Amino acid sequence: MGVFNYTFHWRPAFQALPAMLEGALVTIQLAVLSMLFGIAIGVVLSLMRGSKNRLLSGFAVTWVEIARNTPALFQIYIAYFGLGQIGIRLDSFIALLIGITFNNAGYLAETFRGGMRAVPPTQTRAARSLGLSAVDAYRLIVLPQMFRVVFHPMTNQMVWAILMTSLGVVVGLNTDLTGVTQELNVKTFRTFEYFAIAAVMYYLIAKFVTLGARAIAWRLFRY
Amino acid sequence: MIDTALSANDIWFLVQGAGWTLLITAIAIVAGTLLGILFGVARATLPGWSTLPLGFLLDIFRSVPLLIQLVLANSFIPILGIRATPFAVSCLVLALYTSAYCAEIVRGGVLSVPLTTRRAARSLGLTWWQDMKEIVYPMALRVMLPSWIGLTLGVMKDTALVGWIGVIELLKSSQILITRMANEPLFILCIAGLIYFLISFPISRLGARLEQRWRDND
Repeated sequence: MGVFNYTFHWRPAFQALPAMLEGALVTIQLAVLSMLFGIAIGVVLSLMRGSKNRLLSGFAVTWVEIARNTPALFQIYIAYFGLGQIGIRLDSFIALLIGITFNNAGYLAETFRGGMRAVPPTQTRAARSLGLSAVDAYRLIVLPQMFRVVFHPMTNQMVWAILMTSLGVVVGLNTDLTGVTQELNVKTFRTFEYFAIAAVMYYLIAKFVTLGARAIAWRLFRY
Repeated sequence: MIDTALSANDIWFLVQGAGWTLLITAIAIVAGTLLGILFGVARATLPGWSTLPLGFLLDIFRSVPLLIQLVLANSFIPILGIRATPFAVSCLVLALYTSAYCAEIVRGGVLSVPLTTRRAARSLGLTWWQDMKEIVYPMALRVMLPSWIGLTLGVMKDTALVGWIGVIELLKSSQILITRMANEPLFILCIAGLIYFLISFPISRLGARLEQRWRDND
């Protein structure tokens, strides 16, 4: 029994590239959608958390703590198996999207809360005393500084979102990159070859996001 | 009481799953931290070009989904002619995965100590090792510990994925119960989620308090 008793078959794997690239597009689509919804809900949650209404802040705290203290796969299971019990049957794409969005929103709410605290109220007062309107003070002084603080955590969350989309296969999704790869794997049992190509693709997508974010940060945040 | 088909045996099954979750977490964290300290110190102290390959390798572990890493390792290790249980594969992959994140934390911690402080230590006659142990370690620990606690909790939650290659940890055991008792998935999942929460929440709170106390005392 030698080390390479196994013969690698890369040719069929490379022939599957177009199908896998299509899967990669679904992966990116899922990650982007979950981030957009996650940002919107995250902003709302961070505002709710600061509210004096106990019900609102309690709701936000519960969401954030569940999102941060249970596995992402658990959150996806709740959307897929759990909601089914109370009569809401979701297909795996939607269940995955809901699970990742729930997770993103929880983490981003904390990020935004930190961002809001990072801009001292003296800044607003200074802007107002220089004659800016309340809206302009917020738009031109507070928001840009907040954005600077939350930008890096947000790009991290985007990479996390991409990695989390791979969990769709566990609830039966077969259109994203991991799902397509698993379908090919089941047909051919060339597990290593197909998943190695998928790994390279995920790596490239993640790098594209980090490098893109770095370029944007360089463009936006230099003095 | 709650009307459920869940028996004490089933609850025990979940608790056993939680035991595996904790065991894999412990192994991954201990091995991953040791490796991570080694890699992180190397990345922070050796000349930049010499650790570029290491940096690239560790970056791969942080940029490829853990699920893919598990499947790859699970299919590659038999190719090498080595027989390994899914449990062993899981521990190996998670340890390397942990080390990749831990290396970044350690690197950041070591680099957070001003170079002037370390030069001062060395010019006072401390050896490299003494400098590391007496100066860098205590100063860097404050920077590293909160992130390290976060990493530990992250790895604990990530162990949920090893169910895919056949280790019956907490989430997988809840899924097995769900397949057997198809009419109450929400209840079973909530028990599993509660166990995760009970493990994770106190530790994350402890980490937050520690961070707060250090910030106040600075």
